[in-house]
Amino acid sequence: MTKPNERKLTIARSMAEAIAQEMRIDPSVFVMGEDIGPLGGVYGNTRGLIEEFGDERIRDTPISETAFISAAVGAAQDGMRPVVELMFVDFFGVCFDAIYNLMAKNTYFSGGSFKVPMVLMTSTGGGYSDAGQHSQCVYGTFAHLPGMKVVAPSNAYDAKGLMTAAMRDDSPVVYMFHKGLQGMGWLGTEAGATVHVPEESYTVEIGKAKVVRQGKDVTIVSLGMGVHNALKAAKTLESQGVSAEVVDLVSLVPLDRETIRASVAKTGRLIVVDEDYMSYGVSGEIIASVTEHDISVLKAAPKRVAFPDVPIPFARVMEQYCLPNPDKIVAAWDQMKAA
Amino acid sequence: MSPTRDEQHWMYRNMVTSRRFEEAIAKIYFEGKTPVFNMANGPIPGEMHLSDGQEPVAAGVCAHLTPADVVTATHRPHHQAIAKGVDLNKMAAEIFGKATGLSGGRGGHMHIFDPDVNFACSGIIAQGMGPAVGAALSRKMQGKPGVAVAFVGEGAVNQGGWHEAMNLAAVWNLPFVCVIEDNGWGISVAKKTASAVASNAERAAAYSIPGKRVEGNDPYAIYDAAGEAIARARAGEGPSLLEFETYRLAGHFMGDAEGYRPEGEKDALFEKDPIPKMRERLKADGVASEAELDDIEAQASQRVDAAITFARQSADPAPEDALTRVFAA
Ligand SMILES: Cc1ncc(C[n+]2csc(CCOP(=O)(O)OP(=O)(O)O)c2C)c(N)n1
Repeated sequence: MTKPNERKLTIARSMAEAIAQEMRIDPSVFVMGEDIGPLGGVYGNTRGLIEEFGDERIRDTPISETAFISAAVGAAQDGMRPVVELMFVDFFGVCFDAIYNLMAKNTYFSGGSFKVPMVLMTSTGGGYSDAGQHSQCVYGTFAHLPGMKVVAPSNAYDAKGLMTAAMRDDSPVVYMFHKGLQGMGWLGTEAGATVHVPEESYTVEIGKAKVVRQGKDVTIVSLGMGVHNALKAAKTLESQGVSAEVVDLVSLVPLDRETIRASVAKTGRLIVVDEDYMSYGVSGEIIASVTEHDISVLKAAPKRVAFPDVPIPFARVMEQYCLPNPDKIVAAWDQMKAA
Repeated sequence: MSPTRDEQHWMYRNMVTSRRFEEAIAKIYFEGKTPVFNMANGPIPGEMHLSDGQEPVAAGVCAHLTPADVVTATHRPHHQAIAKGVDLNKMAAEIFGKATGLSGGRGGHMHIFDPDVNFACSGIIAQGMGPAVGAALSRKMQGKPGVAVAFVGEGAVNQGGWHEAMNLAAVWNLPFVCVIEDNGWGISVAKKTASAVASNAERAAAYSIPGKRVEGNDPYAIYDAAGEAIARARAGEGPSLLEFETYRLAGHFMGDAEGYRPEGEKDALFEKDPIPKMRERLKADGVASEAELDDIEAQASQRVDAAITFARQSADPAPEDALTRVFAA
């Protein structure tokens, strides 16, 4: 809990602070991406960096994602620790080879003799009518492919610690930040994402989920924006006498199955909330992680609240119809109870 | 090649319509977004990339095209759509996310699709290139007439897909023209810091095709260069690469503070606004009288007003329609 005079930061500022602090102590860290220089990043997460570190270490790139992401792979293998930004995760389509065939595989192909210590930071999420090429999450797509760690902070405290951990990791880390949590000038921000962030550098462990709300009747598992929806639903449920536990995954790869299983073993019920497409993704993986381990802990069939398997529509009414929200989570509980 | 009197009138009408349209969108875009700007709010949510200042390219190129020719556009597509003859009412409704929109509200401003005039878009940089080259291939294979034009920004030429498509068009000698709108900026990144080549016309040498750069954002010079390239494509002589200097009078998107622009750049661009310049020239050349020009402008405003009214008055789509049209019916 934030105390009244504690410093609160947005995720945008906490990311920039983590990068700046690491750059001060580690000359091998540098940043590449589109509009990450004088503009400070479309999402504000590199603001102030070029002023402090100059354009040798803070590099605005051409619109050449394949070139600069694969260049980051090469630089990482050669002793640097690049942080690169893919402006919208939706743009992975033009550069995925650099990501999943090079960044994610070179450690393995080389039998571990090459390391690829780099961070690929990228924005996710919709809810503001930017249509289907600028609103996706594709968490499952990245988490599916072996060789890259994948993290997704839900608040500024985790955002800073995960960024520092990612930059210090000897393996590639995909760092997925949700636009609706970011705290930037052009979009509203979920209030719960802007929290107390210590000034000093610290890490948040990659691969460890967090129980962000204790409960005993149902476990709601989510990540990023979904955590806030889950917390809001938990509040509503509480007013109905239902005690919901909320698990923030924080990291998709490695996935902390222990924490999920322990929570569901306690509550006996599971709802997974994911803004990514429903099928073949995170929500199915979480449910499988529980059921294949010990199906007997479940008192009811698990439920998922995820984006239906359609491209993300532009029109507000259509998009909102598809997106997860607290009401849908409460409805999932109601169905679970009725069943 | 010079435009006829009628073509000049058409070009001017088109440029004015486009500008009026953007002005109307700009005004409405801020509804619900003040005092605190939040892209999610208002009757037109989401990103909005306006084309103010870039009208001469769309008009000068599309003056040579028929509805049967194919155009692919970008995240900044309104001027090209208007010049290609996309239905203005349905386009406005799409931008508002209404049921009567071109795509029933599924696409929005960055995804304008109108099969009646063979117009399509992508919000991913340079990804209009392949589809235009493919349409050119299809015309050739089917023996159907028509050329395909891909409009891209100068930032797109550094995308791998751009090169791949250019080479394919050249090696297969397709009826294709790549039109680069060089507004000097890719969001906040200046062309000179992103591109190793100052004139993209030079890149044509990489594909052994003709390349031309035209400075000055001048609709007449654009008309001339485009006419030559499109005639060449129609005659089966293969693709061309054109780069037109143009001016982005708006921000990259609405809400852009444009702090990256050098002091005074914007003011200088407004002084070179191509629309009053063309108006003066039409009068000076005796091609249009003051009364004719007033009439063209009034008609343009009326058309835009009608489109906006249509969009505003149209109903929202049914929310559950989001689940339809994923696959062909
Ligand atoms: C592959 C890809 N990378 C990045 C972006 C984000 N983006 C949108 S517009 C833009 C700048 C484009 O510049 P340019 O092609 O010159 O067109 P302009 O915006 O100037 O019309 C960028 C980087 C994108 N849409 N697609």
